[in-house]
Amino acid sequence: MQDVREALYVGQRSDGSLIRRPMSPHLQVYRFRLSMFLSIANRAAGVVSAGGAALGVLWLSAAANGPKSFARAQRVTGHPLGRLVLAGWSLAAVYHLIAGIRHLIWDSARRFDKAEINEDGKKTVIATLATTAALVGALFAVASSRKGKVTS
Amino acid sequence: MNDMSSDLRVRTMRSQLSRAQGLGAAGSGVSHWWTERVTAIALVPLSGWFVVQVFRLAGSEHATVVRWGGKPVNATMLIALMVLTFRHMQLGLEVIVDDYVHGRAHLPVRLAIKVGALLLGLFAVLAVIRLMFASARAPAA
Repeated sequence: MQDVREALYVGQRSDGSLIRRPMSPHLQVYRFRLSMFLSIANRAAGVVSAGGAALGVLWLSAAANGPKSFARAQRVTGHPLGRLVLAGWSLAAVYHLIAGIRHLIWDSARRFDKAEINEDGKKTVIATLATTAALVGALFAVASSRKGKVTS
Repeated sequence: MNDMSSDLRVRTMRSQLSRAQGLGAAGSGVSHWWTERVTAIALVPLSGWFVVQVFRLAGSEHATVVRWGGKPVNATMLIALMVLTFRHMQLGLEVIVDDYVHGRAHLPVRLAIKVGALLLGLFAVLAVIRLMFASARAPAA
């Protein structure tokens, strides 16, 4: 051991014996991999989902405030920009759900080989996009069909 | 590498007591990790319920939403969903902050997350209660 900082790189195996932990090179040294994108995307999706949940609480609060507040909330959810936010929230929540299920599978020490992770990563992208598109499309269709009926 | 055990015993940064206890710095990492997982699993069926409700309510007028929110089962599920969501949010954000925020800023940011998650959760629960009152006041349709 030449450098005192190396003391921070000493870890333990599960049997208690000491081991020198590997030092990883900086991020830009690596070639881009889908798994690294999906990993950081899960964090981002978690943050966006939480932000969307906070907006959902505002919607609920508007409904509790009365018809006037609710009408304002409806103008937001009906506006193209509001719809874009709703679609983004859905995308983030769907991805965070699927990625979360993958994490639970990994926690049980399954599907953790490199080949399996790459294979599941592609399926995750497809499943996320398909589920989100179906969900958002159906939701907006239901919303607009019901709106026409209520006016009568 | 082979005889590191004998070589490094004294020179590691960990005390003998901490090695014997086998805990990290705070000793609370396991419960944090587990709570994150348990809230995540609970949120799967709750989110599924929420998606169904969103489809039931999409494009509905105010009176319909109020009537929906006044039902005790819906109110219970809503509160469970939101309390677990914001607890899970708090745990997840804390891990992110632990990874990216260092030094003097770490503690205040961690505390801000706790306060923010708590206030958001309380506001959400209060919104459900207010919705129940609004439903009780509304004329039966």
